Amino acid sequence: MADVPVPARAARAGRASAAGDTWVIARRGLRHMQRQPEALVDATIQPIMFVLLFAFVFGGAIGVPGGGSYKEFLMGGIFAQTLVFGAFGVAIALANDRRNGAIDRFHSLPIARGSVLGGHAVASLIKSLLPIVLMSITGLIIGWRVHTSAAQVAAAYGLMVAFSFAMVWVGVLLGSVVATPEAVQGVGFVVIFPLTFIATTFVPARSLPEPLRTVAEWNPVSTMSDSLRHLFGNPGGAIHHGGPWPQQHPIGYTVIWIAAIVLLCAPLAVRWYKRSIAG
Amino acid sequence: MTETNAIEARGLVKRYGEKTALDRFDLDVPRGSVCALLGPNGAGKTTAVRLLTTLTRPDAGTARVAGCDIHDDPVGVRRGIGLAAQDATVDELLTGHENLTMIGELHHLGRASARARADVLLEQFSLADTGRKLVRDYSGGMRRRLDLAATLVAAPDLLFLDEPTTGLDPRARSELWTVLDGLVASGATILLTTQYLEEADHLADEIVVIDHGRAIARGDARSLKRQIGGDQLHIVCAHAGDLPAVAEILERVCRAAPAVDRQERSLTVPTDGGPGAVAAVAGELADRAIAVEDLGLRQPTLDDVFLTLTGLPAQDGAQPAHDEIPSEVA
Repeated sequence: MADVPVPARAARAGRASAAGDTWVIARRGLRHMQRQPEALVDATIQPIMFVLLFAFVFGGAIGVPGGGSYKEFLMGGIFAQTLVFGAFGVAIALANDRRNGAIDRFHSLPIARGSVLGGHAVASLIKSLLPIVLMSITGLIIGWRVHTSAAQVAAAYGLMVAFSFAMVWVGVLLGSVVATPEAVQGVGFVVIFPLTFIATTFVPARSLPEPLRTVAEWNPVSTMSDSLRHLFGNPGGAIHHGGPWPQQHPIGYTVIWIAAIVLLCAPLAVRWYKRSIAG
Repeated sequence: MTETNAIEARGLVKRYGEKTALDRFDLDVPRGSVCALLGPNGAGKTTAVRLLTTLTRPDAGTARVAGCDIHDDPVGVRRGIGLAAQDATVDELLTGHENLTMIGELHHLGRASARARADVLLEQFSLADTGRKLVRDYSGGMRRRLDLAATLVAAPDLLFLDEPTTGLDPRARSELWTVLDGLVASGATILLTTQYLEEADHLADEIVVIDHGRAIARGDARSLKRQIGGDQLHIVCAHAGDLPAVAEILERVCRAAPAVDRQERSLTVPTDGGPGAVAAVAGELADRAIAVEDLGLRQPTLDDVFLTLTGLPAQDGAQPAHDEIPSEVA
């Protein structure tokens, strides 16, 4: 061990490629998920349990607007909630990386600009789509069905990918503004967790008391849930005429939110991220 | 790279809010040499490393590192350096082999050569047996060795090692020194930071003593020690009442005023008299029947260096350590 020759420098050939570097860092994020039992449970068992618990525990108690199966009503909401929770993953991963020095190590390497955030974004997009697949399968097994054309179903899944992409940037912003992984958990529990419940995620808006009902009607988590119900032809997906604008145009309202989050959050998130690592 | 200096820094300044972490800092490190930045926690060592490795931008000043300018070509700098940060920043949830392969891929060696390079380095750093295990199961010494291996993946011209042995037990430290000796012998240029004079002495050609963000002394270990008079004669009295008498003896024998610590009942004075000085002092103490608990020679510590250079003991926390800097101020 005393003799450690410094190798010839011939190997130093390649050039930085944003896509290549991003993928190397994304692959690391996916390996992390595989090797952290908690993260793996969050991504696999938890979504399946949520579908089963809500379907069988609340199924008999909650009336679905216009009648129909609560299991079918549930799926749109639980997809939306799971995608929102995806923001935690990327926020915690970033906060961890900053704490343990991984960010510094990456930035001391000749990597392409943006590949650290890009890698986190790609990894968390993949991580949040895995539960969607598992929940779809679980749903199909317990009796969830789609009643619309293939194009509409494809649109529903496309909307989920877009929504997930927006949530990644919420997560990057959260992970850059908040100092520690513990603080991320705190903010998530106090702000984001209630946001997914004061919505039409699990219950119809008209069953909520004011002012919660108004919050739910304007909550993008509600319109995301309702858009999916509409595109899948599930109960609760009928367009309300006469309600507030978001209720009449759930898909349009959701797409506006997605665009707004990406256009506002992404640049802001990149700025805060740069600030958080510049010290 | 044709320049003779691997690092040339001029007038680097970095402020965090009110605090000046680094103040008009100059540094020349010739290629193939080892330079140690020596100072207490918060002296500005890590800040200097962060500026030179392009992790942080200076508020003023310039530097050429590995032949590239830190302002104009930070990616060029990163291509030519390896950095082992203060806490071994290897990835706990990857294996040793995956860590090194990932770094190689981010240096754009290509997947196959990155994997081959990882094998070679694991072998060289005695990690071949554990290379396929997750790093979270590694000991502190193994992490540091892996961290060091990670800095060598792209065969850099210049290594930055920020407190490479802090937190290691004595055995792991001496193992790491052996590794570093090998690197030095192979002609690597190294900038390391340390809180231990002994470590700087052992590894470095030149030592730069930093305090409050300023370089307060430079030179090789011998010239620094000469400034503080080589060895230290250290006495602990049995009775505090004897301190003035013992101080008088020490001043006469060593021809220098001793530093007196009343709380510890101890006296310390620089001497170049070696065992002869100890014998002379011991003889006088015996003649006057003064009881002591301890009497002996010791190597100067970082505290002694600071005491001599600044007239003040080395103080921790004079500047915030890097991880205490709130993100807002950057």
